[in-house]
Amino acid sequence: MPIKSLQSRSHLLSSTQAQLQWLENGIFKPGGLPSFAAKVNDYQNTPLRPRTLEILQLNLGYMCNQVCTHCHVDAGPDRKEMMSEATLEKALDLIRKTSIKTLDLTGGAPEMHPYFLEFVTQAAQLGIQDLIVRSNLTILLANKKYADLPEFFKTHNVHIVSSLPFYKKEKTDRQRGSGVFLKSIEALKRLNAVGYGKPNTNLKLDLVYNPSGAFLPGNQKSLELEFKKALKTDFDIDFNQLFTITNMPISRYLDFLIASENYDEYMESLVEAFNPAALDKVMCTNTLSVRWDGYLYDCDFNQMLDLKVNHLLQHIDDFSAVDLLNREICVSQHCYGCTAGSGSSCQGSVV
Amino acid sequence: MSRPYYQSQDLKKFKNITDWSPELGTKFFEYYNSVFQEGALSSREKSLIALAVAHSVQCPYCIDAYTQDGLQRGIERNEMMEAVHVAAAIRGGASLVHGVQMMEVYDKRSM
Repeated sequence: MPIKSLQSRSHLLSSTQAQLQWLENGIFKPGGLPSFAAKVNDYQNTPLRPRTLEILQLNLGYMCNQVCTHCHVDAGPDRKEMMSEATLEKALDLIRKTSIKTLDLTGGAPEMHPYFLEFVTQAAQLGIQDLIVRSNLTILLANKKYADLPEFFKTHNVHIVSSLPFYKKEKTDRQRGSGVFLKSIEALKRLNAVGYGKPNTNLKLDLVYNPSGAFLPGNQKSLELEFKKALKTDFDIDFNQLFTITNMPISRYLDFLIASENYDEYMESLVEAFNPAALDKVMCTNTLSVRWDGYLYDCDFNQMLDLKVNHLLQHIDDFSAVDLLNREICVSQHCYGCTAGSGSSCQGSVV
Repeated sequence: MSRPYYQSQDLKKFKNITDWSPELGTKFFEYYNSVFQEGALSSREKSLIALAVAHSVQCPYCIDAYTQDGLQRGIERNEMMEAVHVAAAIRGGASLVHGVQMMEVYDKRSM
């Protein structure tokens, strides 16, 4: 497994242009598999457009204490990009002025942001229905300054969404790094101890499953039952829901697909599994993603490919909810990841 | 150039058998899909049985399909290997149990 980000290794795929070249050429050349834009046009005769704005996802920065093999962010300890205090203020303003229902904080490890506690404290007072922190779990054990986070999350009724690719050590550690599984289990126990994931507490603890390899996720409900049974039996751990997320052919996962010669077959399987019902519910139709430097994207994946919103207003400084609804969503072939099978979003499967 | 007997791309064309016999093809796939639904056995258990049978009948398409199906279901490699050993044990046992016939004939014909 890599010990550093693609960026710090000066890897070819750290360039978003190089990634887009892969997605636009090869088996998607004219005469090959249909492009995602063509597929959308086949089904609805119009490009994809946003319907409403319900979810604001803020990527607080790319710094992370882990270096996972599948990471579409190319996050790691060496990534220094961080959202500025001014941009965080803009985000709070934006929330006050709109009817956003969900604020979704991600990274990297969002907890590593120097203003994380302050920002969450302020955001929690704005009456958002669902305040999500995407926690990698191990951060809770990474330094004693993070030890109080479970209590802090509880105080502000934060909804925790955490990656745990499998309920056993081997697969989890292979994807997320040696020792990650047991640390994640310890972190889950600490969250359970303050009431997260327990019945009748309203403290939501959801887990995210993504396949450890070049295959699509199985049925969300069946995998949730497997996870619940195994985590309860082996570790007495409780959680609420399991979200299955399809791995996107971006960044380090794209590197894995190419290096293991699985790219063509994986993309074929995504195209074959295209589900029009999932197309109707893709997350980009109700989400806006903000990069650390304030630029706006249709989703976190477009952010990592630097496909900024297709609109004159591309920055949080110029944000206008009404104007931004009038745009076409930027697509490329990675979008097949969100429409395959039961669909995939940051909230798991969609159909 | 001669075409190899087995090509992985052929698995994706499996559904095309319906083209030449729509009624039987459709009935087969409906039956196939019903077989793998949750029942007295779980779909997960059925997937492992399918994997074992795939090895027993030595069908490369089925081995490919049910290894991937198992991965999607979160079935682990030790579980898959145990299923393959079940197939091997039954296949091996099927050969060996005929040894009883051999022994019977041998004993009957011998003085």
